[in-house]
Amino acid sequence: MAVQSTTVDAKVAERPPASLYRDAFERLRKNRLAIVGGFIVIFLVLLAIVGPFVTPYGYDQLATNQVREFRGPLNPGQGGHLFGTDQLGRDLMSRIMDGARISMTVALVVQVTVLLIGVPLGAAAGWFGGRIDNLLMRFTDIVYAFPDLLFIILLTVVFKDTWFGKAVDGLLLVFVAIGIVSWVGVARLVRGQLLSLKETEFVEAARAIGVPDRRIVTRHLLPNSIGPIIVAITLGIPGAILAESLLAFIGIGATPPRASWGTLILDGQIWMSSEPHLLLFPAIAIALALLSFTFLGDGLRDALDPKLKGKQ
Amino acid sequence: MTQAMHQPEAATRSLGETLVEAEHLKVHFPITAGLFQRTVGAVRAVDDISFEIRKGETLGLVGESGCGKSTTGRALIRLRELTDGVVRFDGIDLTTLNRDALRRMRRRMQIIFQDPYSSLNPRMTVGSIISEPIETHKLATGKAKLERVKELLALVGLNPNYTNRYPHEFSGGQRQRIGVARSLAVEPEFIVCDEPISALDVSIQAQVLNLLVELRQQFSLTYLFIAHDLSVVRHISDRVGVMYLGKIAELGPPSAIYETPAHPYTRALLSAVPIPDPKAERRRKRVILTGDVPSPANPPSGCRFHTRCWLYEKLGRPENCRTEDPELRLVQSDHRAACHYAEDAMQSDVGVAHMREPETIKRRSFGAPQTGATRAPDDVEPSASAAIPASAGASPSDVDSNA
Amino acid sequence: MTATDDDRRADTGSPAVAELPEAVELPESISLETEEGRRLASQLADEKTKHARKLLEVRDLKTQFFTKDGVVHAVDGVDFELDYGETLGLVGESGCGKSVTALSLTRLVPDPPGKIVSGEIIFDGVNIMKLSNEEMRLLRGKRIGFIFQDPMTSLNPTLTIGFQIAESARLHLGLSNRAADDRAVELLSKVGIPRARDRMKDYPHQFSGGMRQRVMIAIALACDPMLLLADEPTTALDVTIQAQILELIRSLSDEFGTAVILITHDLGIAAGMCHRVNVMYAGQIVETGLVDDLFENPRMPYAWGLLDSLPRLDEERGSRLRTIEGMPPDLLRTGGECRFAPRCPYVRDVCRSAEPELTPRQEELHMARCFGTEPGGWIQ
Repeated sequence: MAVQSTTVDAKVAERPPASLYRDAFERLRKNRLAIVGGFIVIFLVLLAIVGPFVTPYGYDQLATNQVREFRGPLNPGQGGHLFGTDQLGRDLMSRIMDGARISMTVALVVQVTVLLIGVPLGAAAGWFGGRIDNLLMRFTDIVYAFPDLLFIILLTVVFKDTWFGKAVDGLLLVFVAIGIVSWVGVARLVRGQLLSLKETEFVEAARAIGVPDRRIVTRHLLPNSIGPIIVAITLGIPGAILAESLLAFIGIGATPPRASWGTLILDGQIWMSSEPHLLLFPAIAIALALLSFTFLGDGLRDALDPKLKGKQ
Repeated sequence: MTQAMHQPEAATRSLGETLVEAEHLKVHFPITAGLFQRTVGAVRAVDDISFEIRKGETLGLVGESGCGKSTTGRALIRLRELTDGVVRFDGIDLTTLNRDALRRMRRRMQIIFQDPYSSLNPRMTVGSIISEPIETHKLATGKAKLERVKELLALVGLNPNYTNRYPHEFSGGQRQRIGVARSLAVEPEFIVCDEPISALDVSIQAQVLNLLVELRQQFSLTYLFIAHDLSVVRHISDRVGVMYLGKIAELGPPSAIYETPAHPYTRALLSAVPIPDPKAERRRKRVILTGDVPSPANPPSGCRFHTRCWLYEKLGRPENCRTEDPELRLVQSDHRAACHYAEDAMQSDVGVAHMREPETIKRRSFGAPQTGATRAPDDVEPSASAAIPASAGASPSDVDSNA
Repeated sequence: MTATDDDRRADTGSPAVAELPEAVELPESISLETEEGRRLASQLADEKTKHARKLLEVRDLKTQFFTKDGVVHAVDGVDFELDYGETLGLVGESGCGKSVTALSLTRLVPDPPGKIVSGEIIFDGVNIMKLSNEEMRLLRGKRIGFIFQDPMTSLNPTLTIGFQIAESARLHLGLSNRAADDRAVELLSKVGIPRARDRMKDYPHQFSGGMRQRVMIAIALACDPMLLLADEPTTALDVTIQAQILELIRSLSDEFGTAVILITHDLGIAAGMCHRVNVMYAGQIVETGLVDDLFENPRMPYAWGLLDSLPRLDEERGSRLRTIEGMPPDLLRTGGECRFAPRCPYVRDVCRSAEPELTPRQEELHMARCFGTEPGGWIQ
């Protein structure tokens, strides 16, 4: 139709040479929502790193006298606790900051694991096709069908006494385990993308030119499937954070007195009617993190698509 | 229009020895089913065809979708693996080459695709698209590479400064030119043109077709020109092959194929092509083929065309059409057809009525004032500006800003 | 069936053998020696003697798309008429506005971003622009049939084709289920689908491209429409299948006296199918005329540029094709000059200072939008 036929050719002024990624960064900068998301993510990461050093209380420090006096959690603002305290008199703000460490690490470690397993596996299945594809996909089906919880418990039991099992209070093992059960979606996504991209004429053109296979995958196939991958990864973060808190609930992962955002929420539930702040503040933290990751992810996807230039 | 322009071009270009040769070429795609992907059958996309292309020649390949013409083109440069048969390029058997040797051979043979939208990576700039072959074959680096890219852009009639733009910023015709530039980057001898203009607008088709003809002359290129448009193939080809269901039905020079076609399918195709002249349209004797092209997974026995053949019906359904697969045999010098009754087909006037009264066909005498020598890029770049007819009055910038 | 439908039947009659009123003068291009010529002649006679009213009159139609970049003048002041039973070609390149014109005729322009901003469309005496959406819906299914380029996307993949054809007959003609099914079988065999009754139960994916297009035609004709809008009906098909479908459209429109608007980019198809042709460029009709006049003697440089740029089967092989320079214009800004001026080899100052009107040429019904070919112009 007429609308599509108008070319933007003349409107694009001469511009200096730039790579896809530099262009992408320029486009990202113009996306206000993504920038806000990015800053919040950075803020949360900084909070996780330096927060516990600057708070006046430790995450496990009991405010014994106050609890004795008031016989219950302190409300926000009371007794010098900005977010109040929990039922044991521990400063909620300090606990959220410490929780940010765990939850942000979960987000990072789980999704890195997902990327490291899902992308190569999906790429291999999609690129080679045929028997290899069949084999890899049946394997992912098995992983998908295997009960996640059972697998994670098995893994923690098996590696309990190794260095891997002990790293970061045993948390690293749990995070990696969550990653190992969550890569299936990304693998399938990458495979699907590659299968369809592989048939496109520009890939055929690259083969006709004699571009080596590995370069075809890294230069033609993956950059064109990066949008959906980024979206899948950012949308997977909430799942990872929640999975960690559920595991913590049954005693795997962050064990008291340490707390992640997930366990804070689970704990806060009990007090929901009388002390809503115990639920409210961790929930706000999680919501903020998830929203900003989503905004950032959307922004990255759009930024990496040259076709959307100037349309934000 | 001068008489000289009507000269068949092959006469002015010298044809050398065989450059590309296909012998009993077969490409079958397995049909698999079930959990373990058992092979339950095969789509016989290309089923035992042999032909050769001489140096400097343009072989046109026509046929309907699914006849195997694109697969043939891709198999010739080993973009598709052969099921059986041999493809030789300049005497070298491509089927036995290992990966590295084949990669080196890719410098000598290239392909231009049909779809100007899917044939360029949307996430690469035009500069990196065109420099990819240069990098792959280590033809130039650094500044020399950039110069070469600009030179190629100018060659296909695009502004050399467009290297930093993305494909979506160009129109279909311009994108097709980028694809041509990419193919030329390795200085190939042989180019498979796979429906290079069929996705373009009518007024742009002629521009790209002219570009391909110019480049052919400038670089002594050999083309395999695949198209479904019989008039385009006739225009550009020195020899024409007509394919039907994975087989070559007829092969010969345009004069033979278009004036005395010896295969009933060719005649039916010719009679189906619309001619932009209402009088010629009314004068024509049409054969409208009934039914669809049968599935290449399960082609008819004997002659593959007999299920739709008008001659078969006319001759009273001779038995050998159903039982014997006709050979591609010589019916005139340099003219081969795969039909048991090629001689009968040649007697008919089906499909060639349009050739009858050539004196009534004329181009408008008040045609455009530009001469045959002008180049007509759909995008104007400085070096071509001299070629814009002065009377056109449109300066390059006019055209550009109007895009 | 209504009374007006019957009237129409009687009016158009059987054109192939109709006797010619003597008063009608025939253009030279139409010969009575051939069946085709007689058909054309009788249609011309119909046109001149019988119908004071046109089937379709389009006046100053403007359809615009409101985009971020600005207002796209997709259809910019289109006027034309269509007689009962006539086949009219709308020819042009992509983006010239031919499809948007067709969408506008049936008020199917996607809104937003599109909008018919002005114009009158009189269909069989009814101003379409004044109809309610509900009336328009009834008109679309019943009086106007559609055939689109891609039959796969216009057929519902989850319903049998029998149901899809019968549905229209049920809805618009008020037939019972049984009668609608019978009608569907009749239509299917009419469009050349073998074993029609068996195939009623099949789904669209069980048909080939050509067969699906036949099914589309059957649906379009289900309610015996007065106008068939065919938007690139054969572009997705192979030449031999294209020939089948075109032949089918031609014979059915003759049989039922259905008028056809054939939208195509293929001048060859227009030459073979149409009585009259409108050439569109940049949202306007730039030339219109009887098919013979227009192809024999085009009076607009764009039209003959297009004709000249085609390699043809019926001429000597040349090494070089004439081309039209440049690209179609941006439809964001229009007016003030001839829209073809930037690409026109004959351009003069006057072409840049004013926009030409569609003015009559030598032959009857032949009009062109070009200063150069007007009487006394510099292109003769």
